Amino acid sequence: MKKISVVFLVIFVVLAALHQDSWNWSSSHLVFGFMPVGLAYHALYSLTAALFWGIVIKFAWPEDLEQWAEEGEKSSTP
Amino acid sequence: MATVWVIVCYLGALLAFALGSKVLFRGTSNDYFVASRSIGPFMLLMSVFGTTMTAFALVGSTGKAFERGIGTYGLMASSSGLIHAACFFLIGVKIWSIGKRHGFVTQIQFFRARFGSNGLGYLLFPIFVLLVIPYLLIGVIGAGKTLQPATAGAFPELFQSENPILNGGVPPWLTGLVICGVVLAYIFAGGSRAAAWANTFQTLVFMGMGLVAFVLIYNVLGQAGSPTNVAARVTEQGEVVQDYAFDKASGKLVKAENPKVVGKLKHPEEAEQWAGRQPHLTRDEVEIIYKAKNPKTKKVVAKTREVGVPWLMFLSYMFIPLSVGMFPHLFQHWLTAKSAKAFKLTLVAHPLCIMIVWVPCVLIGIWASGLLPWGMPPAAILSNVLKTLIGNPILTGMLTAGILAAIMSSLDSQFLCLGTIFTNDVVLHNSKKEYTDKQILFMARSFVVGIVALTYVLALLLQNQNVFDLAVWCFSGFAALTPLVIAALYWRRATAAGAFASVITVVGTWFTFFAMSGFGGEFTVMGGIMPAAICWVAGALAMVVVSLATKPPAKETVDKFFV
Repeated sequence: MKKISVVFLVIFVVLAALHQDSWNWSSSHLVFGFMPVGLAYHALYSLTAALFWGIVIKFAWPEDLEQWAEEGEKSSTP
Repeated sequence: MATVWVIVCYLGALLAFALGSKVLFRGTSNDYFVASRSIGPFMLLMSVFGTTMTAFALVGSTGKAFERGIGTYGLMASSSGLIHAACFFLIGVKIWSIGKRHGFVTQIQFFRARFGSNGLGYLLFPIFVLLVIPYLLIGVIGAGKTLQPATAGAFPELFQSENPILNGGVPPWLTGLVICGVVLAYIFAGGSRAAAWANTFQTLVFMGMGLVAFVLIYNVLGQAGSPTNVAARVTEQGEVVQDYAFDKASGKLVKAENPKVVGKLKHPEEAEQWAGRQPHLTRDEVEIIYKAKNPKTKKVVAKTREVGVPWLMFLSYMFIPLSVGMFPHLFQHWLTAKSAKAFKLTLVAHPLCIMIVWVPCVLIGIWASGLLPWGMPPAAILSNVLKTLIGNPILTGMLTAGILAAIMSSLDSQFLCLGTIFTNDVVLHNSKKEYTDKQILFMARSFVVGIVALTYVLALLLQNQNVFDLAVWCFSGFAALTPLVIAALYWRRATAAGAFASVITVVGTWFTFFAMSGFGGEFTVMGGIMPAAICWVAGALAMVVVSLATKPPAKETVDKFFV
């Protein structure tokens, strides 16, 4: 496995762990005056997930797959 | 009546837009099944997102938040942002490349070839069909149940009902017929390409309408200072009360002098701990007794609801979003992509789209806990909030169209995928006869017609059953099967025997839990663990142990599937 893939795997596991925000469990504090903090945290989590996948596709995109797929299409029949 | 006209206009526009794709239809079976692998990034995002978000995204999320509170978002939405995208990246992109290289159009073709086993296809085929059919029924029955109250009063002479909330509304049999007819029309004509076009249109509609609904409701409930003040509250005596009521005549939110009691804590000793708190705003668990009318006997009975989320359930629910890795209809959408790069937008935007749809719905659900009767069925919460607070028939029509859009954007892909599976994995796979492309196209269309008709009849027969309870079981079944696809793509040593063992173990454990649950409904084991987590681990273990215990697969077979 490439070094960069290992780094992203570790970040993925950390993100999965951060999903369990036990520190917000009992809090009914409101963010922006209407959003319970437990919900605001997870909305931010969605934004973080999008950012994470944005970085993954920038640095760990499997470029070789496309070429591999095209090569096969030319040589094989369905 | 204006509501009905808005919905009719929406269905007309959808049909026109979807049939517009016909100009690009190449008349081949490959175009019908996978749009000649020509779908670009934006349409791929819209079709994948629209297909993933069923009626559950708008109607179910609001209802679930009404029952359990804010934990609904973490349970089903934020985890999906991470896990769905992981499935698209690690499974979807790879499946696309293998599908393009070898010309596959169905999941079963891939598994048969990868494991060199026809039998595996025969084992998977009924499992996929049985897991997709309840999913289809949820859509058709859900559409009927949404439209009838939304259009109540439009046809008082024609469609009479004993229930005043439904009297004069379009009956479910007619809604189901129209919905199935519209979806069938564009799927029949344009196949996968029409589904992608329709999904793009529908996804934009339901996302837009969801936001419009949120802004309108926010503005009305904002009269309470913050709309979140409206959510139900626990008193010092352990009663659950609603502090506000909406006065339809003045269109204003009124603070009640004597808050309305809607329930009480099941354990009165917890009253001190909960006094003054709004249970829907946290994930702490609390059991509340409330009254609800039994739909069959019409008698009012006491029921218990658990607001909040057990920690183990929250943790193990992370397995449920894995289901997208095995959905056959999503598999087919992946294969329509023009290139691997087309997935990039989906990976980044999918978590954002989930957030845009789910955050407003969850907020509406928790606010509704302070306005609507607690005995109201969860699936009816969104339409009732709209009807109570907005009341404008045109807006109600537009928002109902948004809900129908979410439902139909999943239905079309599911109908098409079952037609594709029947054609390719049952008829063509077993046939020694050579069929022309026109004959294959005719066959696929005939199967789609048959599946739509069967779904409609089943929906009529089961319309009074609570099929919504089956949703999480469908997701669980597909999620638990993901060790199969992960091993197929990433583990050269995975064998056909391992694949059989994994599938059979998953079916066995899944069915055991399903039976223990009373054949549907929310069910957890060992203090909150979702059955999907246990089925998944059992399936993964079976795959590893049996694969290692059996002869490795032939190198030339495996080499075809690894770069």
